[in-house]
Amino acid sequence: MNKTVNQKAWFLILPVLVLVAFSAVIPLMTVVNYSVQDTFGKNEFFWAGLEWFEEMLGSQRMWDALGRQITFSAIILAIEIPLGIFVALNMPKKGFWASLCLVLMSLPLLIPWNVVGTIWQIFGRVDIGLLGHTLAAMGIDYNYTQNPTAAWITVIVMDVWHWTSLVALLAYAGLQSIPDAYYQAAKIDQANRWKVFRFIELPKIMGVLMIAILLRFMDSFMIYTEPFVVTGGGPGNATTFLSIDLVKMALGQFDLGPAAAFSIMYYLVILLVSYVFYTVMTNLDKRDGH
Amino acid sequence: MAKITLDNLAHSYLPNPTGEDDYALKELNHDWLDGEAYALLGSSGCGKSTLLNIISGLLHPSQGRILFNDRDVTMAPTTQRNIAQVFQFPVVYDTMTVRDNLAFPLRNRGSDPAYIRDRVQQIAHMIGMEETLDRKARGLTADAKQKISLGRGMVREDVNALLFDEPLTVIDPHMKWELRTQLKSLHHEFGHTMIYVTHDQTEALTFADKVVVMYDGRVVQMGTPQELFETPEHTFVGYFIGSPGMNVMDAQVSGDKAVVGGTEISLGKAFGTPAGKVELGVRPEFISLSAGEAGLPVTIKRVEDVGRHKIVRADLQGTEINVIVEEGENISPDMNRIVFDTAGVNVYADSWRVAPKVA
Repeated sequence: MNKTVNQKAWFLILPVLVLVAFSAVIPLMTVVNYSVQDTFGKNEFFWAGLEWFEEMLGSQRMWDALGRQITFSAIILAIEIPLGIFVALNMPKKGFWASLCLVLMSLPLLIPWNVVGTIWQIFGRVDIGLLGHTLAAMGIDYNYTQNPTAAWITVIVMDVWHWTSLVALLAYAGLQSIPDAYYQAAKIDQANRWKVFRFIELPKIMGVLMIAILLRFMDSFMIYTEPFVVTGGGPGNATTFLSIDLVKMALGQFDLGPAAAFSIMYYLVILLVSYVFYTVMTNLDKRDGH
Repeated sequence: MAKITLDNLAHSYLPNPTGEDDYALKELNHDWLDGEAYALLGSSGCGKSTLLNIISGLLHPSQGRILFNDRDVTMAPTTQRNIAQVFQFPVVYDTMTVRDNLAFPLRNRGSDPAYIRDRVQQIAHMIGMEETLDRKARGLTADAKQKISLGRGMVREDVNALLFDEPLTVIDPHMKWELRTQLKSLHHEFGHTMIYVTHDQTEALTFADKVVVMYDGRVVQMGTPQELFETPEHTFVGYFIGSPGMNVMDAQVSGDKAVVGGTEISLGKAFGTPAGKVELGVRPEFISLSAGEAGLPVTIKRVEDVGRHKIVRADLQGTEINVIVEEGENISPDMNRIVFDTAGVNVYADSWRVAPKVA
């Protein structure tokens, strides 16, 4: 069969090209532009080469923020993935309670980020918040505006509350696709609960789990709104993650050059990690394939 | 190995069954003798898988009891019944090697490692998978996976019973034959009680000593392949077993005479006067075509040559009649009568067989 060749078909992708150009390519290029120039206002720019990149790489402030960022992502992944799986395993399989669980689980996912932040900001306040006041009344020294540990715990618990249900829902979907015969065979083979999980459930949900890990990693690595609303990056710089630091630098101090260089490196790190995830996932698929 | 007794057993999937129709499995009393190979034959939805799952303990019956060697296990969980079951679709543990798959049931029961190694080797030889023992089960073909499932079912020597739920559905035809033969020789060797669920009559008849035919949640007949063929107790058995199945036609029976469509024929045996809806059942093998004046008048519709014999499709006043004619015999256009061999005529009242009166 001969394929019809029609070069005019290229016009069909033009709308998408324009859209992507205005939403991604042009803004990104502007950032690249800023990152290699210096400005003193009045719209005057001077070529700076890789100076900003060098400065940023040598900046203790950026390394500290990166360290906090990695710690944060690692902690929430270590909590949300196992917890999400655990919740999914214990959700009812069908009937009214299953539907109810699904609705309850999706609720946190539907709340806008800054509202989540506000909820926890008020919830944790020592003077009027239910959590903060209760803890204080119990004699526990909890004050997220002054105590770095309390601030970290608040931000992590908030993220776990907000996003564990995403992991749970994905794992639940994976678990639902396992035919009953597998569980029956396991009973007959006298496999215990752990072996059922290890040899039946885990292999079957591995695919969706990788997606969950990727989504949660990317999202947590770019987190901005919720910690900004709750702690504003404080106390001190205790919860100043990469994007909070970036906004401070770009909009607070108006250091456009360093901030642009910072953004590009930030972007490359996320791209690199996502690529690694993608490769691992496609390899998993290939292993399934033959 | 055990004798399995079903005592007044019935099951409904509804929480509050009222009529008989609500039961997927109607009241049943039956003994599965120790060491016999049974086939449970029936069309889909007749309750055969339900029965199997009750025996294996995956399902608890709505009423009645199950006894293993006279011990009540009705409420005992699967793990305490010590049975093996192979399912319709392959169940393998993807992340394990073939070897680990086969060893899994033994390891979970804490068997001796040296014994496990020998036993797994033996089973692998039986299912022809010695070469693939160290491969991951993931990515094997469906029939290789099903062979692993079969192997996992057979790996334990001390099981009370081996249950098979249409295990050969996904297997290639030539492999089917081979595996069935292996199952049978395994049965001779170890004498396990085996129950084999299938809707394929060839599979049932070649595998089992005794075939249990189920229809609409009920066991309609249990017998050897020969009994099922010669004296089907229910018209369903006659129709379901045989290719083509038994011919069933409306008739009035009185003594040793029957009237079919206005023509009187002799039955050779006396049946009294059965009440209800009376039918004659005659297998195509016991009918011959004739050109004479005797017999029932039919119109031949078509002739199908299936190689070892011919199947004649004829019409008897609106009832389709199948006749098997030997390959060598000629069929001429003036053959417009059928004659029954009286040894192969069964009489049915309301679908159930009427035994002839002993003279």
